[in-house]
Amino acid sequence: MKFLLVFTLVSFIISFLSDRNKTFAGTKKGLKMFLGLLPTILNVLILVSVFLYLVPKETLIKILGHNSGWLGITIAAILGSISLIPMFITYPLAAILLKSGVSYRVLSVFITTLLMVGIITLPLETKYFGIRASILRNILSFIGALIIGLVIGIFL
Amino acid sequence: MKEKIKKIISKIFLGEYIFVLMFCLFLFFSNVFSWQSGLKIQKSFVLFFVEMITFLPFMFILVGLFDVWFSREKIEKHIGGSSGIKGTVLCILLAMLQAGPLYGAFPVAYLLWKKGASIKNIFIYLGAFSTLKIPMITFEIGFLGLKFSLLRTLVTLPVFILIGYIMELYLTDKNFEMKQP
Repeated sequence: MKFLLVFTLVSFIISFLSDRNKTFAGTKKGLKMFLGLLPTILNVLILVSVFLYLVPKETLIKILGHNSGWLGITIAAILGSISLIPMFITYPLAAILLKSGVSYRVLSVFITTLLMVGIITLPLETKYFGIRASILRNILSFIGALIIGLVIGIFL
Repeated sequence: MKEKIKKIISKIFLGEYIFVLMFCLFLFFSNVFSWQSGLKIQKSFVLFFVEMITFLPFMFILVGLFDVWFSREKIEKHIGGSSGIKGTVLCILLAMLQAGPLYGAFPVAYLLWKKGASIKNIFIYLGAFSTLKIPMITFEIGFLGLKFSLLRTLVTLPVFILIGYIMELYLTDKNFEMKQP
């Protein structure tokens, strides 16, 4: 986090020295995006707070923790494939879940399927690529996402 | 000015913040009646909230700056129907410099197709777009750490390149073509 704050600061200064107007426009754009997403972010935080209260930590760890095995991976892969969550919300959510005892393996399977597989956007995808190519891409991406998630799980 | 204030007030009380307001009310009564469950929920909510609110604005400023300096039009100009390794690398770079959800990549993929990019590169573009966008990776590093992000990037890269090759192998001779809906 500290690294990112420093990185933002340095980028801002470089940007400001090169072009003030552009920097102003970019900052405004970023903050506007933030304000636009703020209600969604707050809602997610509320839901997660309530969820973590209702589901005891032991249960969460049992289902999605380090020793959850295939059950956790299956839940993560299905949820990741069918949901459509912007990454601005995915990562804060993942960080909270990680702190609450969910394993890296489960989280990385969730994140990779979320990024690469899109069941909800499949109808739109077929309009561009046709049915055959779209379904094949999603199946290959699903397998790929599972492999990536599992490999990350081995190392972390 | 009056209109604007009215608009903001109606937005807060009727619009997207209604759930947040209800939650605040819930916390208020939990405190008044010192209801233990409510206080426990409040404790974790405050913890999450403080962490998000201190970092998120800065990250969004970074994303905004990124957006003005690397606009899509600018990058698209550099991409033609380059083939071979150069074409693939360009497709990956183009994808990395963008932001937004996967369905935002479909129109750009169509454009690449029109400009003569190969099937392989179209799908490599989609893979890179969905997994290697720089604004996304900054978020990932911020919340899950550099190690996780680096590892995921390194493992993901060969996987979607392979997917690109398989797609091309399968779709060649099958009259594949992209359409604009």
